[in-house]
This record gives sequence, C-alpha cells and structure tokens, in this order.
Amino acid sequence: MTPIDLNRREFVRTGLVAGAGLTLAIHLPGCARPGDGAMATTPFKPNAWLRISTDGATTVVVDKSEMGQGVLTSLPQMIMEELDGDWSMVRIEHAPVGPEYVNLAYGIQATGGSSSVRSSMQALREAGAKARAMLVSAAAQEWGVEPSACHTENGYVIETTGRRRKSYGDLAEAAAAMPVPEAVSLKDPKDFKLIGKPIKRLDLAGKVTGRAEFGIDVQEPGMLVAVVARCPTFGGSVKAYEDLAALAVPGVRHVVQIDSGIAVVADGYWPAMQGRQALEITWDRGAMAEVSSESIAATFASLAGRSGVVARDDGDAKGALSRAARRIEAEYEVPYLAHATMEPMNCAASVTADQCTVWAPTQFQSGARTVGAQITGLPEEAIEVHTTLLGGGFGRRFEQDFVMEAIQLSQEISAPVKVIWSREDDVGHDFYRPATYNRLAGGLDASGNPVAWTHRVVGPSIMTRFAAAFGPLPNGLDSTSVEGAADIPYGIPNIHCDWVQADVGVPVGFWRSVGHSQNAFISECFIDELAGAAGRDPYEFRRALLAEAPRHRGVLELAAAKAGWGTQLPAGRARGIAVAESFGSYVAEVAEVSLEDGKVRVHRVICAIDCGQHVNPDIIAAQMESGIVFGLTAALYGKISIENGSVQQGNFDDYPVLRLSEMPEVEVHIVQSTEPPGGVGEPGTPPIAPAVVNALAALTGRRVRTLPIGV
Amino acid sequence: MTAFEINGRRVESMSAPDTPLLWVIRDDLGLTGTKFGCGIGQCGSCTVHLDGAAVRSCQIPLSLVEGKRVTTIEGLSDNGDHPLQLAWIEEQVPQCGYCQSGQLMSAAALLRDTPRPTDDDIDNAMSGNLCRCGTYQRIRRAVHRAAGGGA
Repeated sequence: MTPIDLNRREFVRTGLVAGAGLTLAIHLPGCARPGDGAMATTPFKPNAWLRISTDGATTVVVDKSEMGQGVLTSLPQMIMEELDGDWSMVRIEHAPVGPEYVNLAYGIQATGGSSSVRSSMQALREAGAKARAMLVSAAAQEWGVEPSACHTENGYVIETTGRRRKSYGDLAEAAAAMPVPEAVSLKDPKDFKLIGKPIKRLDLAGKVTGRAEFGIDVQEPGMLVAVVARCPTFGGSVKAYEDLAALAVPGVRHVVQIDSGIAVVADGYWPAMQGRQALEITWDRGAMAEVSSESIAATFASLAGRSGVVARDDGDAKGALSRAARRIEAEYEVPYLAHATMEPMNCAASVTADQCTVWAPTQFQSGARTVGAQITGLPEEAIEVHTTLLGGGFGRRFEQDFVMEAIQLSQEISAPVKVIWSREDDVGHDFYRPATYNRLAGGLDASGNPVAWTHRVVGPSIMTRFAAAFGPLPNGLDSTSVEGAADIPYGIPNIHCDWVQADVGVPVGFWRSVGHSQNAFISECFIDELAGAAGRDPYEFRRALLAEAPRHRGVLELAAAKAGWGTQLPAGRARGIAVAESFGSYVAEVAEVSLEDGKVRVHRVICAIDCGQHVNPDIIAAQMESGIVFGLTAALYGKISIENGSVQQGNFDDYPVLRLSEMPEVEVHIVQSTEPPGGVGEPGTPPIAPAVVNALAALTGRRVRTLPIGV
Repeated sequence: MTAFEINGRRVESMSAPDTPLLWVIRDDLGLTGTKFGCGIGQCGSCTVHLDGAAVRSCQIPLSLVEGKRVTTIEGLSDNGDHPLQLAWIEEQVPQCGYCQSGQLMSAAALLRDTPRPTDDDIDNAMSGNLCRCGTYQRIRRAVHRAAGGGA
C-alpha cells in the first residue's frame, strides 16, 4: 500500500471535519487514513505531545523543526516506545508555538545545538509511559482486574493470563477519564522495540513526490509575493529611492520601505524581481563602507598582541613553554562562511487588526512570536506560528530577519504576503560563521611528550547578539568562540586558552557545529603538528594522551581500526585522523586523500561516533554523512570575503558546494552505549576538515593552516 | 498567451514570455514540488523534463515552452511509485528534502537514456544537482537500486 500524504490545505479541510483544529499534518504512514473520518473522535489527549482517536490514529506532536535531521521520526520513536503504540497508526504534526513546547535545554522554543533527542528524551518517554498507564487503567477497570494483570503490545492492552484484549482506539474514551499518574517507570533499554532501531523516516513520501510543504510553498488566499532590496553594505540604509519604473512592471502591486530595505510586492516572484531591478535606490553605505577582508585580518592580527579573556588555565603554560626542549608555533585562520541552505530564506505572514499568523521555516518559534508581538503591538497569544518543513537550517533559520520582514510587510499592505529571498540575497545577507585568527604554541619535552599548549583565539562574538534570549556573556567569555579549543581532551599538564573579542561589524551567527567548526580544525591540526615534531605517529600520539578521556579514545581507536590505520595505501594516497567531542557526542574520522591534477580528492572517510544511547542508527549514519559533506565543502571551498563592507560572493558559482562526483565513500560506525544521548546533527562536521588537512600534510609534507584548503 | 502540456494536462499561461518556466510552474500553476534554489542554473533544484529532457526550469523562458510537453515531479508517477521514488525511500535518501524533486527528475532522465548507468554515468548526470544535506552517497545507491542493480 502506498503511504498517504496530506498537504497542508488538504489537512486543514479534513482536520476541520475531524475537529482537530488548525494543525499541520505532515504525513500519514500506513494504508488506512485514521482520524479523518467523520465518525472518529479524539477523546484521549493525555499531554501536549500525544492524542489517540477512537479509530486508533495516534498523533504525535513534534515540537522540534524538521530540517533534515530526522526529528519527525526520532521523536515519535521515543514516545511510541513507552506507549507500546502501533507504529503504523502514527501521524505527525508540527507543534504550535506555546510554553508547553519550550526546549528544556534552552528555555525557548527552538531547534538547535543538536539538542532535539537529548532535551526531549525523558519528557517524551514519560509522556508515552503515562498515556500507556492510563490506557491500562481503563482496560483493567472495565475488566475488573488489577492493572498489573495487563500488559501492552502494539496498540493493544492485553489481559496477561486471560483472553481479553482491547485496542488503544477502543480504550481512548475511557482512558481520558483516568487520572494522569504522578510517576511512572520507564522501560529497561533491553526491552526497547523502537529506540535504537533503524526505523524508516516518516517524512519521505512527501519528499519524493513534491508534496512536502516547505516555507516557500505556502500559499494562502490572496497572498502576494515580495522581494526586498537591501543595502549591500552591512549597516547601510536607504537615503532615497524612486519607484515609478518598478510600479510600472505588470504584476507589481506595492513598493514599501521597511526596516531592512525597499520591498516590492507583486502577484508572483518573477514580477517582484523585475520590479526590484527597476528600483532606483541611493544608499547611505554607513560606517562599514571601507571594511574589507584585508582590513579585518589586520585588525585581528593586531588584537592578537593583547591578552584575552581566559577560557582555560591549567598549570603554568607560559613557564612550561619557556622550559620546553622544543617549542612549535603556528598561526591558523578561518574565513567567514555562509549557510546556503538549499531553500533560500522566506517567510509568509498575515497580519490583521487582532491576529498575526506566521508560516515560517523556522528553528526558533518563540522568537518569531516575540518579534511578531513587538512589530504588531498585539499580545503574544495573538501571534500564531505555523512551522513548515525547513529546506535546511544549519543555524541560519534560528534568526528572525526574514520573519520580521514578512510581518512588517503584511502589516504595511494589510494583506497576506510571502517574502522570498534570492540566492544572492541569501549569501549576501547571512549571519556568517565567524572568521577567526589564532596563535598557538606547543612545547615538547626531551622525549617528545607535550608539556605545554597555548591557544589565543581572536574573533567576533555570536552570543552577544542573543543576550535577550540567553543572557549576557558569563565573565565576558563567549563559550561558542572557544568550544573545541579550550576543552581539548589531551593530557597535557599546562594549557592556556584565551579569547580576544573582535567584533568588526560583519553579522555572525550559529553555523552547523558553531565554534567547533573552526576550533576542531585548529586544535586537531596543531596536535598533528606536535606529533610530527615529536616524530610520532599521529594516531598513537593522540591515543597516548587520551588515557583520561575514554570516550574520545574509544572512537579514535574504532575509527583507526576500521580504516586500517597503519596499513599500506595505494601510491599517492595518505590518511589523516581527527577526533572531537561536540554537543555531547564523540566523533573520530579518518580521511583518505590524494591529489588529482593538483586538486584535493577525498576518497574515503571512516567515521566512528559515540552518541550514548542512540535512537535511530540509520538517521545517525545519515547525519554523519551530512555533517562530513558540510564540513568538507567548507574545508575545500568555503570562503565569504568582504570588500567595501559587502560580501563578494552571491551564488553557487562563486560559493561552490561539494558535488556528487566529489562525494567520498563514507562509512559510519556507531558505538553501542548506555550513556545519556548526545547530539547527532552537528558532531559529524568538526573532525572532517582536520582529518583531510592532516592527510594532505602526510601526503605532501605541506601544512595547510588557512581554510579553505585551495591547493 | 503560451500554451503547453504539463503532466499530461494542457495549460495556458498569461505570464510575460520572458518569465522563467520555474515561476510559471510554481506561481501560475501552483505546482510547488519544483523548487527554486539559485535562479542561475547552478543547483538543479528546479529540474523538470521538457519534451523528455532534463532541463533547469529557471533558465527556460516561457516563450520556449509553447507547444511542448513538460513533466514535473508531480507527474513523475501517479502514485509515488516510480522505481526511483521507491528506491529513494528504500535507501532513505532525503534529509531536508528540498533538492530531491530535482534530483529525482535528473535521475529519471538518466535512467530513461541509460537504463543501467555506471558510476561515471551517474556522476555526469547528477553532479549538477546540489544537495546541502550531503545525500549523494545514498542517491548513488538509490539510482543503482532503481536500475535493478541492487544497492
């Protein structure tokens, strides 16, 4: 049987019939279509995440945004595990915005920091277990037996020693009348039927038929399309503009100035773009008009002479360095990077006198509600946020800039409107992965053992901008600037790491794996440099320093073993290795590289991950493949450069991403573990750049210290 | 006015003749499975079939489509059961899914011309379709699977 997909409009129709309200149903696996018949009702709503209808349809409300990382499957797996529900009866819905859906890791309703499984495992398992207990109570009461005389299986309560059994759908009404248990015991992991299994994703049927609805696909009655002309220079503003020619373009309805620039509103994207091209705008280019990548690099280098905020200070690194038998010094630099999600930024909004409705591919629903209330002056309860599927997120969709544009515009023109960014808008007006400049020094004793490590990071702060959501920087330190640098796992007695804040006006934000994305490259390449200076094998050198870091060591050993570390490779190939912890998971990667016509070719990547108790191994493997490609793109090609305060890149022709023909063979090995779950969306990214650069150094003897590699 | 056939249905568009086919498909006809990714023919998200050939619909002006036959992802199969769609699910290819309509349309054109493609054939046909989630390894496996070669 073919899975049935409901697109949003279909669901609104059927949903209203079923009395389920305005919710977004994404996909309904299985051959039946439970819950949409006029006869079925949904009496059992034990908590914010779960509803069971009289026909057995089991709706799981997913409060994390689906941006490819698989939450529409992995979160239902956790709740259905404890419910003992029938997986074929699951239907999924995106949660509305509301306090019950706050991400427990952050205190806001948001998806990021590889937190989805980690932050909700306990709550979702308890929600499923409590609902199960209520269903059991209902059956036991009806049968006149103790709940302990019943067990559950695949959507049924069963009388253990008798013959009676009743489906969850048939029990839904009675279960709703049962008290919600205060406490409930959870399954022993050895009894798991869903958690830890490679369950197929629930969101794919719509994604292979074109029916899946992303933000850019939202269409409401009377909805217009807008594009915005923004000042190419960061911090610039509109001085004057002429819109006569733009308004003369057929299909253009309005030209409106909003905070971010001049918006052209039309019947569709194409007339809106034609209108935008016909605008004549004089910009006040502001204070950044002379800023360039060169001036930023000079600023960073000059600031590197100052001492920064101390992030780690073990022993006496300065003294140990001065006494070391050998001293190795290096400078590392990384560039700004754009996210370039495949779906360019977009958002739809409809603002009326008493209601503001937002349809957004967003990672931060409560943030969208907050800006909605600020812009419209309406109370927060009047701001409704519908989360669509996200065509990639990677941290970019944590921002509210595109949401604010849609709300402002809808309010201005009193009509529903969808703002769509061109790719050039997207690359040129991002919140970039910070560029940083780094000075490192390492000291070896006479036997080649490292005795001192110092690392000064110079770069901008991401978190300063989010003080409203996350509070001020603790002790003046932005932990995202030094993650992966200050917390290196190696047993070196004297370690000093500090950070010099260098905000130069280029907007910066969260980019897949955040500080780890650059700091793993720097730390894991510099440890390779120390191994080289000591004349030791880089794997053995690391391994010897990880006695106190068993999980790092575990994945390092696993990756090395699976990669055949130390065995002969074909001529012209070399291996490199790197290991990093991020977001609660430990990942080691071994890359095999060669040079083909002077270009780096990565043939194979062996990845080992320890993410504790895991939920869906195939999704984890997919996320490792994904993180590796993302990091490899950055290592090989990623560079945003600045000239006259503007970004020089605009599209995939000058901001290239890895292509299928360049895809290495990726092999993922997952460590079996009962440790608490770690993240999986980001941790695959940090080790790949250093693994490749280390392999290149082994191959050529030349050490790359500035990304992208550019041979 | 431009008349053409889309997914077996005859349609007429009043849009300006220079309007890219992509926006006629999305905004005029409401078929949103075909995606906008770059607007310059660099990413492949907007791939459709024009008289059977895979093209980037963002680069085809409406005027060139007069009298022609267009197939979008919505017309690839009646029930989502094209061998490639089934293989895409079997290999669990999509992540965010945004580029996958274009990937599938490129792969479908490849398989029609080359029913048993080699890895090089797949490289040549599919390297113009970008995927930021990095699903390439699974795409390769799924194309082989759909071609009957297993995974």
